[in-house]
Amino acid sequence: MEPKEYRQRVRRMEQPRPVARNALWAFVVGGLICVVGQGVQSGLMSLGYDQESVKAPVSIILVFLGSLATALGLYDRLAKLGGMGANLPITGFANSVVAPAMEFKQEGPIMGTGARIFQVAGPVIAYGLLTAFVVGLVRFAISGGKP
Amino acid sequence: MSAQAAPALAQRGHLRLDAVIGAAATVVGPFEAKGPLGHLFDRVVKDDLCGEKSYERAEQCLLRGAVELLLDRSGVGAADVDLMLAGDLLDQITTTNFAGRDLGVPLLGLYSACATTSESLLLAGLAVTAGAARQAIAATASHHNAAERQYRYPLELGVQRAPTAQWTATGGAAFLVRPAGEGLARMVSATVGTIQDYGLKDPNNMGAAMAPAAADTILRHFRARGQTSRDYDLILTGDLARAGSPLLEELLAEQREHPGERLQDAGMLLYAEEQDVHAGGSGAVCSALVLASLALPRLRRGEIRRALLVATGSLHSPRSYQQGESIPTVAHAVELEAIS
Repeated sequence: MEPKEYRQRVRRMEQPRPVARNALWAFVVGGLICVVGQGVQSGLMSLGYDQESVKAPVSIILVFLGSLATALGLYDRLAKLGGMGANLPITGFANSVVAPAMEFKQEGPIMGTGARIFQVAGPVIAYGLLTAFVVGLVRFAISGGKP
Repeated sequence: MSAQAAPALAQRGHLRLDAVIGAAATVVGPFEAKGPLGHLFDRVVKDDLCGEKSYERAEQCLLRGAVELLLDRSGVGAADVDLMLAGDLLDQITTTNFAGRDLGVPLLGLYSACATTSESLLLAGLAVTAGAARQAIAATASHHNAAERQYRYPLELGVQRAPTAQWTATGGAAFLVRPAGEGLARMVSATVGTIQDYGLKDPNNMGAAMAPAAADTILRHFRARGQTSRDYDLILTGDLARAGSPLLEELLAEQREHPGERLQDAGMLLYAEEQDVHAGGSGAVCSALVLASLALPRLRRGEIRRALLVATGSLHSPRSYQQGESIPTVAHAVELEAIS
């Protein structure tokens, strides 16, 4: 059999990912994480802070919760179910940094955790910065630096 | 054919063997013990770390444990082992060579990814047949957590695995190969696989990449021996899993081979459906565990007369995959028959 023909057969016979079910769970899990975030925000605002000043503390608390759930071995299970619903919120970002930090502890604090901590998040950070730079240039071209 | 005769090269890559698998020993992780074959393994380690400080060391512990158990149960001292052929999945096959430090046995490290089980068995059989070893050990080990960190992602990273992905088995298995005599099964012949590459690139579907290698080796073995699948009670592939096995069946059917129920896959036997390992098991030790716990006892009891072990390996590395290379694969076959 020709390799090309075989590859077509493989594609035809490959069990597809359960997209509808995955999407539904992504909605549920992602939604629940947002509910937690909203709860934290409302909680802080009930203490008398305004919306603008609680933005950073809410993010910090969510990052902490995501890291804690990763350390307790819960976040990977949540993400297995929720997929991008768990990866996309800031808790998912925390997971992507804490997971390699834990994993490569065995190779020591420098060559292990230190060198590998951004193994997963690195591309997001690098291209996030690049995108921010390009968007900044475009904005400058349009508005000439005026706020 | 006598034990002293040189192994005849009947056909390219086909080897006549005259040896027996005298004994086998298995050590598995707790997750494998929960599978359908769990009660058939010799020893279950308490946790994934095997009392060690890293998963790499745990894998060495599994290999060492299997070899020590094998020597123990067959009453053979390490000094009486002429040759050990072993392999694993980790970079520079460190598991094998590091475990070898404590074993004090002449050791050759092997790598054929998950086909290492049959590679080690056929080479041990060849050494014994050629009179180069009176007692040889064939052994493999793999560890899910060690393989994940080498090939895939950190354990705690939230990842949705593809339905075609396979689960690297945690365990060690060792076989004692001797000249004719008492034992579990006779090694009759073997076929060395050629590297097959159909241009598949997805390491999350290794079964599909390896199916052509399995088909090629099985058909070459049949041709060399003048056999068909009807001559076998069991053709044990390892590990095509649920994604690759139907593809192998199709490839064989196109050559008018219909093994039906005779064709079983180690990757589909090691774990239960509810263990959620997606397409099934894999790893250097997967087919060895199924061979030792299921196929060899059935051969010894005479429930099956003839079996063909066809361990298959995906020979990619994380780097080759990242550079966009396709996955070369191989399958080696070992023909076993009941002794009595």
